Amino acid sequence: MTNSAQYDIASIRKDFPILERKIWDKPLVYLDNGASTQRPVQVISAVQDLYENHYANVHRGVHTLSQESTNLYNDARAKVRSFINAACVHEIIFTRGTTESINLVAQSYARPRLKAGDEILITHMEHHSNIVPWQIVCEQTGAALKVVPITDEGEVDQEQFRNMISEKTALLGVTHVSNSLGSVNPVKQMIQAAHEYGVPVLVDGAQSIPHMPVNVRDLDADFYAFSGHKIYGPTGIGVLYGKEKLLNAMPPYQGGGDMILSVSFEGTTYNQLPYKFEAGTPNIAGAIGLGAAIDYVEKIGLGAIAAHEHGLLMYATSKLQEIDGLRIIGRAEQKAGLISFVLDAVHPHDIGTMLDAEGVAVRAGHHCAQPVMERFGVPATARASFAMYNTYQEIDVLAEAIKKTISMFS
Amino acid sequence: MENLRELYQQVILDHNKNPRNFRKMEDPDGFAHGNNPLCGDQIDVYIKIKDGIVDDVSFDGAGCAICTSSASMMTTALKGKTEAEADALFNSFHHALTEDAAYPDDVPLGKLEVLKGVKDYPVRVKCATLAWHTFDAAMKKLNDEVSTE
Repeated sequence: MTNSAQYDIASIRKDFPILERKIWDKPLVYLDNGASTQRPVQVISAVQDLYENHYANVHRGVHTLSQESTNLYNDARAKVRSFINAACVHEIIFTRGTTESINLVAQSYARPRLKAGDEILITHMEHHSNIVPWQIVCEQTGAALKVVPITDEGEVDQEQFRNMISEKTALLGVTHVSNSLGSVNPVKQMIQAAHEYGVPVLVDGAQSIPHMPVNVRDLDADFYAFSGHKIYGPTGIGVLYGKEKLLNAMPPYQGGGDMILSVSFEGTTYNQLPYKFEAGTPNIAGAIGLGAAIDYVEKIGLGAIAAHEHGLLMYATSKLQEIDGLRIIGRAEQKAGLISFVLDAVHPHDIGTMLDAEGVAVRAGHHCAQPVMERFGVPATARASFAMYNTYQEIDVLAEAIKKTISMFS
Repeated sequence: MENLRELYQQVILDHNKNPRNFRKMEDPDGFAHGNNPLCGDQIDVYIKIKDGIVDDVSFDGAGCAICTSSASMMTTALKGKTEAEADALFNSFHHALTEDAAYPDDVPLGKLEVLKGVKDYPVRVKCATLAWHTFDAAMKKLNDEVSTE
């Protein structure tokens, strides 16, 4: 296996200082990117440069630093806009992450509109963060939560989906890529089908945004949510993209500073987009770090990253399925770079500890997707998830470590 | 991986493969359901008490090797103990896995000593103590779900 000449994996790896770490005296093999990716030095430096040279609160002062911080913060929003091809910058709302983005839509878009008898449609492969906010809003309004089943391969059952969507559906929430199975959903077609019934669609992009080019206007997504830390940016920063018309019609999510134009005790005039949804001092450094992460990803190119990760997925799939007693959970035809697996003889939690002893970081558990675990009849899985800096040699280390684990437990 | 031998001792691996008293009990006097939300370990613990003594104790469910073997060893350690002795053993075991200092009223751990290595893996301590917390809840005749949180 070789990488393409254009994809300079060695120089990419040099940009990520943490990849130099030793774990139990072994080189770190970081395969828990689905939970959170690592940061390149370009992101770390952007945050450090802000704090060392430009930091002040944004949208507040006339002084130089406030102006510089505000400009950097606004630049970051512009980078996000262009990255996902939104029509305008004020369609980009900064949030704490995907979870807050979804809660915002549940409470500000869905809650005022929902009534008893309405339905929220989601799929069986959603992360808890695309289940629980809808359960809460259904409880608040008397609407019902409907769940589209998934197949044994781990794909959304498209026939069932078409049967379940109807005039009663108030909103469709669907993940672009499953965090526990890796399945890539045909969201463009699903959005088209939903729109035939006038149903708006929220796409959970937490697992897709670092792995494939996303064009919200081409998808015609009404809302698209993602997190900074899964795309090599800081934690505590995320994005909600929403179509301007929808966002304008929604009441604020939280009240406070920055989201108002004027306040008196008789009443308050809300600020315009995007500030209406960004109450309080925002995560300034987080947004600027996310901007730097997007610059970095664009420099490498998402097409090249996707191709590299696809190569890793194919290689890892073939290596892992050779191992006796290993079962891959999630065999969708379209998969992003992650493999969930279980071993006959070893519980995923033990796999996690055993692999760590070899320097290999994987996630073990239910991946905040308990309904998926139940669907496949497993209490948990181990998950190896890939990023732009992973190598074929690291897959070999993973496979060897799994074999050692099996032999120790047999 | 050899450095994990301290954690995964042969006795532990053996109890994991062949857990003792791994069965649902009909008509238990006490029962509780234990759940570790972090990793999804779920076990049920059943007890029968006769004249203030743990006459029988069993468990079933699904958990990792540390959880399963700890539950298995717990059942063998508890049979024949008075309620007070069982309680003291729970306290001593819990202390051994979570505190540096020796337990003041040191109750010998006996065969449970092999689980002391878990102390060096803080995220796994809950795996080893889940069965005990569940047993404790069952003793209190709680039918609720108990959590290690």
